[in-house]
Amino acid sequence: MSRAPLAWIWSQLYKALSVRSHCCGMAMLHLVFSGLVSTAFLIFAMGTEAGAQSYGYPFVNAYDATVIGTPRVFAAKLPDSIPRQEVGLTIFPERRMPEIFWYHDKLRFSVVRQRQKAPLIFNIAGTGASHNSRLMQVMEKAFYQAGYHVISLPSPTHSNFITTASQTQVPGLLADDARDLYRVMQAAYKKVGPSIKVSEFYVTGYSLGGAQAAFAAKLDEQIGAFRFKKVLMINPPVSLYNSVGILDNFINAIPGGPENFHVFYDELIERFSVIYREEDFLDFTDDFLYTIYKKQPPKEDEVKAVIGLAFRFTSANLLFTSDVLTRSGLVVRRDATLSSTDNLMDYFKVSVRVGFLNYIDHLLFPYVKKRRPKLRLEQLIEENSLYAIKDYLQNTGKIGLMTNEDDIILASGEIDFLRTVFGRRAKIYVKGGHLGNLAYRDNIADMIAFLDGGWPGQ
Amino acid sequence: MKQTLLLVLIVWLLATLSACESTRDGQSANLGTELAVFELSDIEKEGTVYPIDVYDPFEPVNRAIYKFNAKFDRAIFIPIVELYEFVAPTFARERITNAFSNLTELSTFANSILQAKFPRASRALMRFAVNSTVGIAGLFDPMTALKVNQQPEDLGQTLGAWGAGEGPYLVLPILGPSNLRDAVGLVGDTAAYYSLDLFGLATYENDHRALLGLKVVDMRHNLGFRYHETGSPFEYELLRLLYTEKRRLDISK
Repeated sequence: MSRAPLAWIWSQLYKALSVRSHCCGMAMLHLVFSGLVSTAFLIFAMGTEAGAQSYGYPFVNAYDATVIGTPRVFAAKLPDSIPRQEVGLTIFPERRMPEIFWYHDKLRFSVVRQRQKAPLIFNIAGTGASHNSRLMQVMEKAFYQAGYHVISLPSPTHSNFITTASQTQVPGLLADDARDLYRVMQAAYKKVGPSIKVSEFYVTGYSLGGAQAAFAAKLDEQIGAFRFKKVLMINPPVSLYNSVGILDNFINAIPGGPENFHVFYDELIERFSVIYREEDFLDFTDDFLYTIYKKQPPKEDEVKAVIGLAFRFTSANLLFTSDVLTRSGLVVRRDATLSSTDNLMDYFKVSVRVGFLNYIDHLLFPYVKKRRPKLRLEQLIEENSLYAIKDYLQNTGKIGLMTNEDDIILASGEIDFLRTVFGRRAKIYVKGGHLGNLAYRDNIADMIAFLDGGWPGQ
Repeated sequence: MKQTLLLVLIVWLLATLSACESTRDGQSANLGTELAVFELSDIEKEGTVYPIDVYDPFEPVNRAIYKFNAKFDRAIFIPIVELYEFVAPTFARERITNAFSNLTELSTFANSILQAKFPRASRALMRFAVNSTVGIAGLFDPMTALKVNQQPEDLGQTLGAWGAGEGPYLVLPILGPSNLRDAVGLVGDTAAYYSLDLFGLATYENDHRALLGLKVVDMRHNLGFRYHETGSPFEYELLRLLYTEKRRLDISK
């Protein structure tokens, strides 16, 4: 559900520590390099993938795909820069922020405007991701290029959203999250609406954002503020609980178990430092992981462990934030008051171990139970899945789905559920893992084709 | 030069004052008495090693300066950088970046010599010579196009290569993550730049104060990092780890 943190870590490393900019020479080098890589991969693809003739996304292994994503040579051609504006919104004016979250003064989102009258699409980020995560920016460019105004929203599980825009400040309940999102969409449109001419409204989202888009669309059927013309769900979970369970568990793929993390870490750093020393120049941008992957393909368990760690990091951010705000006493004592100069290391260590499932069991579930004392956990799990809105998904023609047969967040049988429910409104690719192929050229083309009119045969 | 020093001093004072204020606020904070559902002592096995632990005895002050930096960034630094990006076309910005970057080759050269890394020293010298002439005073970077990439070295790396430890982690006002060794290195590199005054660069910079401003703005422009954009409550810890690992890698290279 979240490859964003991993990409984030590398991109921050790059951003924070490399002051050398890339000049024209770098661009030339890159062209030469890309050419070599694409040739090599064409040969590779011809040799090994007879079964999946026409779909040329390169990675057969779902875990590799999830981590590496789409190398530049395979990605859709998108503009380098677009007229993007960052906007801040105050959703709850009366809300007072604890000092430790002083920097969350506003909900932050971005907007890209067309000059002429055009459709407006809302895009919802995946678990823990911000409005300007890498995938959000890829989609933003694709939609803008196709003639849409774009509003990019952070995930309701991102701490900026939890602090400033979540009513309960306990994210992870699809119905509540959708209501929060809908409120934010209305406020965002109110803010930027006067500067654009909108013909129709659309909504999309990837990963958890995909499921939330569907719940928001269902809410829209009652409230009718937007009357969404089309809704596109990309790699959504079917059951939040199942997906979270799968990802939470990946941390056990660390060789020797989570207790051995430091050994695993040292080894990764050591391997990386060898590459770092050997390479004359390492481009820390887009294809950085791909470069490393080609040098030394990692073992599947190692890749799983890395995904697990990234997910645990996301979960830690979320559960700590929610815990502090609601004083639930999950990892921070109820009567504690933390400040921005306090050491948070112990909380970080605990939060990473606690994971998302424990957050649901020990914070989210008890919290909802206060409102609805008779609620059982099984019921909550059911409500927090696409099963809860199955009839809606089946009967509305406006919702489309894009996902992969090998999406690692799906439990067994869930892909069949999606096939049955969406029928011809589903594009299910043979490979791509979780979001790995999102930026692949066919995927971007399919995304736009669905929004513009629909897929053939639909 | 005097005015610059005065400015630096004022910033230091401001940051320190703000740090003192924040840490004083922090004293009223309490960690609570009512046990949480998950306490570290309950789930941690004895002797667990955490790579994310970095020696940081001045953490409260560092965190306060981190906060000062974030506020300074938001209120002053980034708006100036955005104005710069709006006014100056990409082509001009790239030339400016190249020109300043070209000057760092001198420091790379000196520090490579100090570490007895002679091939790297000669590469720095060659890059400087060609880029300063063919590249028109460093505005263009033909050497990178020829795959002779920049391999920066600074005094912090030199000290590290000679076995000096990192010392405590430090967050410097405005400049951000550092540690005792790298801060000493930074002072040394800067002092050398001004006292040696090669090609009269430092004097020129001193006479044309706007150039110094441009240097700082260019530096910030090239750092894509924005405080708290990650939204992670643990950003301070993560950046501390990344900084430390990156410097270790640089020194081992």
